[in-house]
Amino acid sequence: MGRVASYPTTVVTRWLVLLAAGFALPQDAHAHKPSDAYLTIERNGGALTGRFDIALRDLELAIGLDANGDGEITWGEVRRQHNAIAALAVDRLSITAAGQACPLIVTGQRIDTHTDGAYAVIDLAGRCEAESGVLAIDYRLLFDVDPQHRGLAQVVDEGVAQSLVLSADRPRAVVAGDDRLAQFMSYVREGALHIWTGFDHTLFLIGLLLPAVLVRLNRHWAPAARVSPVAVDVFAVVTAFTIAHAITLTAASFKLVEVPSRIAESIVALSIVLAALNNLRPVVARARWSIAFAFGLVHGLGFANVLAGLNLPRDVLLIALVAFNVGVELGQLAVAAVMLPLAFMFRATAVYQQVVLIGGSIVIALLGVLWFVERAFNVVLWQAR
Amino acid sequence: MVTPLTGSWRDDAVPCPNSRYGMRLRFAVLGWAAGVLAASAAFAAPFVPADDATVLERLPTRSDPSLAEFGRLQKELASNPKDPQRAAAVAQRAIAAARAFGDPRFLGQAQAALNPWWSADDPPPAVIVLRATIKQSLHDFDAAIVDLDRVLATGGDHLQALLTRATVLTVLGRYEEAKRDCMRLARRAQPLVATTCLAAVTSVSGDVDGAYRMLDAALAAPSADPQIRAWAATLAGEIAARRGDVAAADRHFAQALTADPRDGYLKGAYADFLLEQDRASAVAALLKDDTRNDALLLRLALAEARLPEHSQAFRAHRDELAARFAAARRRGDVLHLREEARFALEIERDAANALLLARDNWSRQREPADLRILAAAATAANDARTLKVVADWIAKTGYQDVWVASLRTRPRS
Repeated sequence: MGRVASYPTTVVTRWLVLLAAGFALPQDAHAHKPSDAYLTIERNGGALTGRFDIALRDLELAIGLDANGDGEITWGEVRRQHNAIAALAVDRLSITAAGQACPLIVTGQRIDTHTDGAYAVIDLAGRCEAESGVLAIDYRLLFDVDPQHRGLAQVVDEGVAQSLVLSADRPRAVVAGDDRLAQFMSYVREGALHIWTGFDHTLFLIGLLLPAVLVRLNRHWAPAARVSPVAVDVFAVVTAFTIAHAITLTAASFKLVEVPSRIAESIVALSIVLAALNNLRPVVARARWSIAFAFGLVHGLGFANVLAGLNLPRDVLLIALVAFNVGVELGQLAVAAVMLPLAFMFRATAVYQQVVLIGGSIVIALLGVLWFVERAFNVVLWQAR
Repeated sequence: MVTPLTGSWRDDAVPCPNSRYGMRLRFAVLGWAAGVLAASAAFAAPFVPADDATVLERLPTRSDPSLAEFGRLQKELASNPKDPQRAAAVAQRAIAAARAFGDPRFLGQAQAALNPWWSADDPPPAVIVLRATIKQSLHDFDAAIVDLDRVLATGGDHLQALLTRATVLTVLGRYEEAKRDCMRLARRAQPLVATTCLAAVTSVSGDVDGAYRMLDAALAAPSADPQIRAWAATLAGEIAARRGDVAAADRHFAQALTADPRDGYLKGAYADFLLEQDRASAVAALLKDDTRNDALLLRLALAEARLPEHSQAFRAHRDELAARFAAARRRGDVLHLREEARFALEIERDAANALLLARDNWSRQREPADLRILAAAATAANDARTLKVVADWIAKTGYQDVWVASLRTRPRS
């Protein structure tokens, strides 16, 4: 278990010795290894049991254990920090089943010895609101004090075991159980959720849909006469968007294309600006589905980063892709279903044509500019808290 | 920035082995190797200590008071995390501690200190150089070069950046660029540093004899800093060994050990030379206390494998190495591939697996040791395609190494 291998042995490191102040070499018996914590979670129905092993050295760094500062950690010092240890474990670990929380409690604390030293053993129990459905883990332990920390998790889901490695880059993982339908539904949920939380995609779509209840006549907007052409227009926009991002999402997930996320995210922001400006001074008035398609290709690259963050096992990638796209499509239709009846109802009013369409498009364009500058130039202009 | 390693860390070393823990550790590791690959990684049963006074863990600060100063700096930084000066000071101390203790946890702490700038485009130069140093320690060589390019593009000779870039470029086999950095270094750095930089490149790119003469001459001059001298003499020993000059290699390794008897890289290089010369007992004596370091434990096990009286220690060390490589794989590390390939080839005698690992390693880094394991695995597996990769590389770069040359004529083991 213990190791020093990640401490590299190339000649490169020899240079470092030339740079730094000296340290004494300790002669203790423990092997050295990077910071890992070990998590076991077992699910039976709605009940969770688990065990979380966190190195005392890591806890010293995160919350402080060595109260008297003598360089030795005693059981008394650990015991006095039991509340803080329990709070850390439960705060930095969140587990959901079928998208619903499984609150965890600490049922006991013990000690175990691993090859690189002593670990706090935290016994966990929890109950999920959902009796079944896909388990997802969100793990945030220690990444702030050691970005190379890893959570090595073993999840035993109704008797089926799976190993996960959680890192600062990929702190979330979805456990692939045997239930393919539940799996599918969980990715549908992730996709729909992304439309809900991924504000930029939604705003792009709203920008495109705002004028759908109107028609362009003599350089002015006029209310559409009937529902059916509006519905066709909306369907075309949403579908073109979905097909386009499905293409690039799939290509990116199978690593056929690789676009740096900063570039993709900047173009996504730019697409919002252009979609909104097109409402103020229409360049493309009739076939707005073509804008949706063109920029949908870029939005797909943005979705790929989300999917990559979910730590998918290779064999479920395809099912996840399809389900994720379905979820995104459903999320978009939900947005359209809420927005369009209202828009259709008020389409003939000045409030809709002036305040909502013109004013709304200006706000959307400004937000897009803000995002574009932030993403393209890597600066923070405005922070929502 | 270029602060030579100073201080008397050899004299400060506090031997404090804890044999009870040691035994427990040994049993735990054997248990793991026996197949306890459960993710919970529980070796012994968890327990609740009976007494509050029971000491569970000794922190590194206990064996090195200078780390208390590091801890104080870390706390200062925590209350002011965006101060680049403080962050650089903490990162530098952490990198040095990672090196001195062989403890990769400190490398993670170094990265944490640089968190506010970790993905920024234009941090202060001192921060970028440290970021590059951490990246190369994680074997992310291309990203390290991008960072160093950024510092060096602004003009001026940032010595540390030049030194690090020359070394990373050499590891990547980009010799002409590396030579240019060494030449730039020669304008400002002390002569032995620039000469060693240059010899490291030329010795693997077609002029092993010239590199040796240059380095031997530079070592003859008195030099102030024992660490730099140890580094230069180690390289001289390695080059002499590649030229087949056993007497000179012996002399230079002795020189290096006099200057810095504890250096882990030096011990590994010397052990490799001794193993080539079939002096396994000398290796066992050299490395008997270095079992925490994977690379050195591997060489110790290779020596013990040839010494019947060490067969018990060999089996324990073999199992421990297997467990450590398994743990690294589980974590997703790629830092150990070269050692793992050698373990597969020379200890597990699994030429096919060794070849896979050596090829993967070769796609990432191209030091002499990387070529050696690639050639050895290809020879053992009789893999024509990889043997051609080796031959092409030697033809292209002019790499010379009597050990690699002897592989063709050596009987297969």
